[in-house]
Amino acid sequence: MSALLQHGGYEEESLRRVTGQLPCRDVQAGLLLSLMGPPHQYSYPSIFIYGHRSSGKSHVMHVLLKELELPHATVGCVECLSVAVLFEQVLLSFFGCDAASLLPRSPSLSDFVRVYRQQRSQCPSKQTRYIVMEKAELLRDADANLLPALLRLQELVEDNVTVVLLSEIVWDKFRPNTGCFEPLLLHFPDYSKGELQQVLSRDKHPSYSAEFYSSYINILLGVFFSVCRDLRELRHLAALNFPKFCEPLAEGKVKETDAHKLWRNIEPHLKKAMRTVYLREVSSLQWEQMQQTEERDTAAVRGLSAHTHVELPYYSKFLLIAAYLASYNPARTDKRFFLKHHGKIRKTNFLKKNEKTSNHLLGPKPFPLDRLLAIFYSVVDSRVAPTASIFSQISSLVTLQLLTQVSHADQLDAPKYKCAVSMDFICAISRCVCTCFLIHGSRRENRIVQVNGPFTSFLLKENVFFL
Amino acid sequence: MLLKCVLRDLQEEEEEEAGKNLLQVHLNGLLQTDDRIALKEITRQLHLENVVGDKVFGSFAENLSFLLEALKKGDRSSSRPVLFVLDEFDLFAAHKNQTLLYNLLDVSQSAQAPVAVVGVTCRLDVLELLEKRVKSRFSHRQIHLLSDPTFAEYLGRVRTRLGLPDHFPDGRFAADWNASVETLCEDKSVEEVLRRHFNSSKDFRSLHVLLMLCLSRVSVAKPSIRPADLLEASRLCFADAKANMLHGLSILELCLIIAMKHLNDVYEGEPFNLQMVHNEFKKFLQRKSNSMYNFDPPVILKAFEHLQQLEMIRPVDSSSAKTQREYQLMRLMLDHSQIMEALQKYPQCPTEVKQWAMSAFG
Repeated sequence: MSALLQHGGYEEESLRRVTGQLPCRDVQAGLLLSLMGPPHQYSYPSIFIYGHRSSGKSHVMHVLLKELELPHATVGCVECLSVAVLFEQVLLSFFGCDAASLLPRSPSLSDFVRVYRQQRSQCPSKQTRYIVMEKAELLRDADANLLPALLRLQELVEDNVTVVLLSEIVWDKFRPNTGCFEPLLLHFPDYSKGELQQVLSRDKHPSYSAEFYSSYINILLGVFFSVCRDLRELRHLAALNFPKFCEPLAEGKVKETDAHKLWRNIEPHLKKAMRTVYLREVSSLQWEQMQQTEERDTAAVRGLSAHTHVELPYYSKFLLIAAYLASYNPARTDKRFFLKHHGKIRKTNFLKKNEKTSNHLLGPKPFPLDRLLAIFYSVVDSRVAPTASIFSQISSLVTLQLLTQVSHADQLDAPKYKCAVSMDFICAISRCVCTCFLIHGSRRENRIVQVNGPFTSFLLKENVFFL
Repeated sequence: MLLKCVLRDLQEEEEEEAGKNLLQVHLNGLLQTDDRIALKEITRQLHLENVVGDKVFGSFAENLSFLLEALKKGDRSSSRPVLFVLDEFDLFAAHKNQTLLYNLLDVSQSAQAPVAVVGVTCRLDVLELLEKRVKSRFSHRQIHLLSDPTFAEYLGRVRTRLGLPDHFPDGRFAADWNASVETLCEDKSVEEVLRRHFNSSKDFRSLHVLLMLCLSRVSVAKPSIRPADLLEASRLCFADAKANMLHGLSILELCLIIAMKHLNDVYEGEPFNLQMVHNEFKKFLQRKSNSMYNFDPPVILKAFEHLQQLEMIRPVDSSSAKTQREYQLMRLMLDHSQIMEALQKYPQCPTEVKQWAMSAFG
């Protein structure tokens, strides 16, 4: 494996250390090294490395630059709110803080190049200098001249400097309209399942054997690989869930080699992790605490989503249900559902073009306040007076972002709202208020119909679900 | 580069007055984005900062004429000639009012001071960008450096770039190397690869990239270029970046992309949102009746957002405040053929996913 990284310009010992730190990335490291060439020679002015997150781009660059002790400046473009930060960082890394202080208050690119040239004539470079820019896609949002100038920096400052851009977005989306100097494009491929296994198994726990840990990683990958291939996330999940995996071993119930029992123990736990920790619904600390308290009855985890922790007052729940009905039912069906005696309904085949797609796919529609109140009064089964408390509950629903206000804030007499919650939330809420709803979905409309209370039974069509 | 060579020759040739007298001001359109900055740069390059001091000038023209006056030598009869070189000339034409260009060309035309202006640009239509008053002061002298090589010349260029020059220290190695380069260029597969590159773009830089990648495979252990190296370098050059990124997606994300592709086929390119894609995906799951891909909606939302971060889908309009995330309309930024090609190369792709992708009716 070390045969790939042989280069005349660099010491063998440091190259061997580099190989040790870069598993499964030999090919890319070798290519980079050969492009960098011996340190005193000029290399290609700009290199663009792209690949998925956690595919090792920054890691390989950093290891190479640190171990081979090449002068470099690392700039995270996320930190560079203004270009001044970028310029200062580069000058600081290459020439020290005196050079950085030579920059004027809000430097332009012209000032940066001028100061660089001055410094370069004072201390010329014996080795290639590297400027590594991470998350380079943010450079597109800076001034239009920054990216083309950086790609040509070698020519502009007349120095042995190479700019390396790291990004997860492809170069085609970077190219400015009028063209620019094209950098050398390098792709860092994603890790395959085998390579992920190899890399993850390196973090083995000291008190357990390597095979034990790699069987654990195997199970973890089996659950998570089809959803997530990000090395960092997988490492995080592996570290969090390992204590649970070792639990039966620590209790003495199973031996290390008893794979089936271990799998049975950990698999539901990993499935639960996918719903919570992976989605960051609970923090890692909460997750670890949960594991320690050993709740066998799988109590609901207090997640971050609204439906697990918001407790609404009685009438607010009805208001929310009424808002959902108002958003997802077309207005002309209100008469049919919510009146006792609605008379004959003429079957109209007249459907607007948009209504052909189910309302559930297109999203909620806005409705005026009057319609909301009308539906509310027909849904609530007791007499409710239209007091200010009802209206204030509507405002608090808007603040909780369960309803969104669509009309302008100045319009006081006929505000319009939209329901911002999903069907699952409504189901959870309606369960609390103990009413029974029929959800009747056909291709043309989705109707939600209340069955109990003062209403008689309705005709049932296909696709009926009970709550 | 041409300009630099000429200037260097000029300075070397005429060692007496002209060479030493000539002042050069180099401006670059990428760096000097504003006329003010350009003026400061001119002052600096003419070494006249202390002369200008803290003077405040009313207009650009005044400032420039002051600078040029200051260059007059002792006997006040002549002043030193100044050569202005403007790189990326088309970017200067985008400045407000084109003041810099106007004044420079004005000075050069009106013979107040011996000034020459040379502009360097890669746009052929740069004259269209100039205002009428600027254009009229331009002497309309253009030198076109257009290169239009034939394939034979292209091959000749490859040979010269790869070959070692005569003054290389190790003569024997140079001779061996040049011989191997000759055999390489005569190889049939190599010629095919070079012809493919020639057909896509004739310019020097893309040739450079190809040769650079090729040379990077040369090492002490293997001191010659083989045809396989060139083929590999060519493959790296022509690789489709988006297909490479598609290769690294998880299965769930790939299924979402296939669902989007079907939506695009059925609805002919109309934008979609997450709910529609999820619906399409659920239809696939119902048909196949395997529970392996039954993921919760939040997990699918996370996969969808990952695709958005990779810019494989893009929102139709940027008003994300009004609509919820699940209902925001998006467009797919990938082509049908790219997706199908990426599917072929995807490692361990389940057969039912492949079949779903190739079926006509989703």
